[in-house]
Amino acid sequence: MSKPFQPNPIVAPTIEAGTEYFWAQAKAGQLTIKACKSCGKVHFYPRTLCPFCFGETEWKPASGKGKVYSYSVMARGNPNPYCIAYVTLEEGPTMMTQIVDCDLDDVRIGQDVTVVFKPTEGEDTPPVPMFKPV
Amino acid sequence: MELRDKAYIVGAYEHPTRKAPDKSVAQLHAESAKGALEDAGLSHSDIDGYFCAGDAPGLGMLSMADYMGLRNLRHIDSTETGGSSYLIHVSHAAQAIAMGRCDIALITLAGRPRSAGSSGLQPRSWGSDVPDAPFESPFGSVTVNSYALVAQRHMYEYGTTAEQLAWIKVAASHHAQHNPHAMLKDVVTVEDVVNSPMVASPLKRLDCCVVSDGGGALILARPEIARQLKRPLVGIRGAGEAVKGQLGGEVDLTYSAARTSGPLAFAQAGVTPQDIKYASIYDSFTITVLMQLEDLGFCKKGEGGKFVSDGNLISGVGKLPFNTDGGGLCNNHPANRGGITKVIEAVRQLRGEAHPAVQVPNCDLALAHGTGGLLGSRHGSATLILERV
Repeated sequence: MSKPFQPNPIVAPTIEAGTEYFWAQAKAGQLTIKACKSCGKVHFYPRTLCPFCFGETEWKPASGKGKVYSYSVMARGNPNPYCIAYVTLEEGPTMMTQIVDCDLDDVRIGQDVTVVFKPTEGEDTPPVPMFKPV
Repeated sequence: MELRDKAYIVGAYEHPTRKAPDKSVAQLHAESAKGALEDAGLSHSDIDGYFCAGDAPGLGMLSMADYMGLRNLRHIDSTETGGSSYLIHVSHAAQAIAMGRCDIALITLAGRPRSAGSSGLQPRSWGSDVPDAPFESPFGSVTVNSYALVAQRHMYEYGTTAEQLAWIKVAASHHAQHNPHAMLKDVVTVEDVVNSPMVASPLKRLDCCVVSDGGGALILARPEIARQLKRPLVGIRGAGEAVKGQLGGEVDLTYSAARTSGPLAFAQAGVTPQDIKYASIYDSFTITVLMQLEDLGFCKKGEGGKFVSDGNLISGVGKLPFNTDGGGLCNNHPANRGGITKVIEAVRQLRGEAHPAVQVPNCDLALAHGTGGLLGSRHGSATLILERV
């Protein structure tokens, strides 16, 4: 079995209030996460108030390195098969994403991956953070 | 609040349709409500409490109460937790009756996803102002792969196999063969399930529930009224509800919110999983059942695969007969959210009115459980422990 990655059209994310910086940084190729100014914990997806203590939050750059926590390959994709996944970042939080640029049948839990930004549909839309095997 | 003997389920009705291209969703709600009232021996004007969830069209509660002409409502509740909503409604209705807020409560669910061509394969249109959607929708997050993420992790952590998951569908199919209304009436084998087409790895087509049109309704009544009716009484002995999400990024797919709702319900009921004679377990996918069996305490965490193997869920064969109507996996999953059918089959079992081939002998204590929303990201969970009175 072999399912080489083939890109699918990606609907651009809605840029909600409070997340503009995340998407601006994505355009610059940088993954960012939010940290709490009170308890110090980092979280994902980004909030303006910490989901652990309601403290104020600030942006931090993330290394973009992580490990596959779980994954699922959609046999019939949009139109190509794709591998949705949770990746646990080096900094701690686990985020939903896709595993790309590899044979999708070779993806494994625990695999080391690194962020790669993939373009979305539309003009001047931000790319989204996906991950490829190291 | 103590629920025992404060209110009884006196009416239950599962709409017989599985495909209703010529009916509206509102009509299916009303037909289901009428069926439950007839089952109870009550009439339209008796209803003074009404419960519905996100499947109610238009303005939801407001639209349905208006459409059905419910003029005497004193208590309303549109708690929405996906497919688990209707089990929470049973608990909330019993509480409302116990508090004197209403005497006769109606709960309805209906939908026509089969006719509308809607299933768990399609992206949901969340619109804007949904905080999580921009961080999930671009990655092709749909219902089935949310549950598949849980299944994949379960296999990794505990060595659960596709064959073990398949036993859950096999058990449901053994029950569905006796249900003339079931969408899938053919008994299937483990080989049939594991050889069915892959949908979202590791889940195959037969790991998934059916997509059906239909509906269902329940009536609860105050004891003084319930005892004057013709139907056997079903009591609510314990109830628990919970939600679980991504925990700020501390994602842990090895357990569900049933780990909270289950113990709440068992503690209130004063019984243990070993006391349960029959269980309605939400079965949107085979993995949904496996997670709930473990989290509700029917087996240890990680041992669900072993528990379901060799037919332990098959009535007359195994130790925990489940979903004797064929469940969502084979019978019916109306509105893509089958919670109410879980209660309805538990009521049939407690009344002794399940199909004779699947009726559990002397069934006096049953559990019904719902898991709604997306198991891999955010979901609701509701557990009911029901007894024959």
